[in-house]
Amino acid sequence: MEYLTELWPVISLTLKLASVTTVLLLLIGSPIAWFLARCKSGWKEPLAALIAMPLVLPPTALGFYLLLALGPDGPGGWLANLWGGRSLAFSFTGLVIGSMVYSLPFVVQPIRNAFEAIREPTLEAARTLGATPTDIFFRLALPLAQRGILTGAILAFAHTIGEFGVILMIGGDIPGETRVASVALYDFVEALEWGKAHILAAGMIAFSFLVVLTALMLSKTQRTS
Amino acid sequence: MNTDRIIAQFKGKVGGFSVDANFEIPLSGVTALFGPSGSGKTTILRCLAGLTKLPGSLSVGNLAWQTPNHFTPPHLRPIGFAFQQAELFPHLSVNKNLDFAEKRSARRQGAGTPIDRSVIVELLGLTHLLRRMPTNLSGGERQRVGIARALLSRPRLLLLDEPLAGLDQLAKEEILPYLDNLTTASNVPIIYVSHDIGEVARLSDLILQISKGRVVGIGPANEMVERLGLDAGVSLFEESVLLTGHITSHDKANRMTQISMANGQLASPIIDLPIAHKVRIRVRARDVAIALEAPKAISIRNILPATVVICEIDQATGSANVSLDLGGQSLRARITLASLNELDLRPGNQVFALIKSVTFDGR
Repeated sequence: MEYLTELWPVISLTLKLASVTTVLLLLIGSPIAWFLARCKSGWKEPLAALIAMPLVLPPTALGFYLLLALGPDGPGGWLANLWGGRSLAFSFTGLVIGSMVYSLPFVVQPIRNAFEAIREPTLEAARTLGATPTDIFFRLALPLAQRGILTGAILAFAHTIGEFGVILMIGGDIPGETRVASVALYDFVEALEWGKAHILAAGMIAFSFLVVLTALMLSKTQRTS
Repeated sequence: MNTDRIIAQFKGKVGGFSVDANFEIPLSGVTALFGPSGSGKTTILRCLAGLTKLPGSLSVGNLAWQTPNHFTPPHLRPIGFAFQQAELFPHLSVNKNLDFAEKRSARRQGAGTPIDRSVIVELLGLTHLLRRMPTNLSGGERQRVGIARALLSRPRLLLLDEPLAGLDQLAKEEILPYLDNLTTASNVPIIYVSHDIGEVARLSDLILQISKGRVVGIGPANEMVERLGLDAGVSLFEESVLLTGHITSHDKANRMTQISMANGQLASPIIDLPIAHKVRIRVRARDVAIALEAPKAISIRNILPATVVICEIDQATGSANVSLDLGGQSLRARITLASLNELDLRPGNQVFALIKSVTFDGR
């Protein structure tokens, strides 16, 4: 039990980071996915490739550039200046930004697939009924893609909980501010505190299993319905 | 600007297919775009809706929807469009599908007069379907909902893209009466795309014949149905003509209705319309025989005096098409070459047309 009181700040920070990241990612990921699914612009595939980059980049490489961008000399520093700070690196806000970049493809891809599965004539029917483009996005596209959106949300949440390299590069290990579960686990192992390490590691394994199972079951019902 | 006409001109390519269509039609009644599959009828219909954009111009009544430097997007055009596969919104019930249309109906410039929702629901027989989801509807029911939804958007012009094409014969029979009522009850001008001459003849007032992306013929339905019969390029066609007349009496015991024509009476299987109502009758050329004298003691009820206009001989099939004038209306008879020679039919001859059977076609 005393373990749990010590671990609770870490776990709650992790859950908070994952929740905030997921909500924000859904807000920006859905319009991006809509653009990628419907737009015929030549910029679409380069944009899709850019968004998918975190899938293949070493998190440390991504983290390095994010660190520069969030630091005092980057746009993050400029942003932080607006409310009197010096830098976004090593802050919760910085972690959220980094996690969003890192998990963006996990949100965009399933939602884009769901949008692409909507029949073009169905959308045309809405246009002939007087629906504006925004109207179509909110009243048709989002409800029709709800399973894809749910899948994207689950993946973003889980992926954010599991990230390590990027966080270490841009957030460090500040208790209560940037010390999330994956980083804490690393510390416990370094300090030979195996009991705490077990609790965190086993908890994350159980959690991941549940998440992957849910996602699989969702995609199965999607196919059969 | 001409306020009661549609003036359209489209010229360009869609995916390698050339369209060069130029036409002017009244903004009233039912106009059919008729032609074989792949002739470009649907593309022309989509250009009218703004779903496909081709260089050209389009004005509908007093509204210019397309000029060389202006294009009104489809959601701002007061149109109703019924798609081949209805395209109901799968996540919304029938009722919610109708709501979707009704809520947005007043936004568009030049929207038509609203038709009462209950009238539309009644007209298309949807009362018992309102709470269902689209996946639980039959093909014919889906089409009816699609048309109702289009009507609820207060269209100034209703565009129907082969609404019967995806349906089997039974479903077609089920939905045709609704379309018949629609044309008279809704008072919204309709443009109807079809490759089925039977449908076109039954539903339309004016026919535009489409071939290879062009309008190759235009005329009133009865004239065009007759003319199209002469066109070897038109398949799926049972050669027939349309005759118009008025109901004079019903013989309920024998299930017959008497229709008065310019030069006589026709008997038709009973038609459920009041006396004096105008009706259209379809007569197939192969159901018409010719006699030089009025025959007596014969089972055929419909014997009308007629004048031979022209005889066309088809050596290949050993038959002849005889065009007859029936007091101002045209009739066609398909007889054998042998009969033609024996009767020695020539233009101007006074003969009797023996009509074996007629079918009610529309009002």
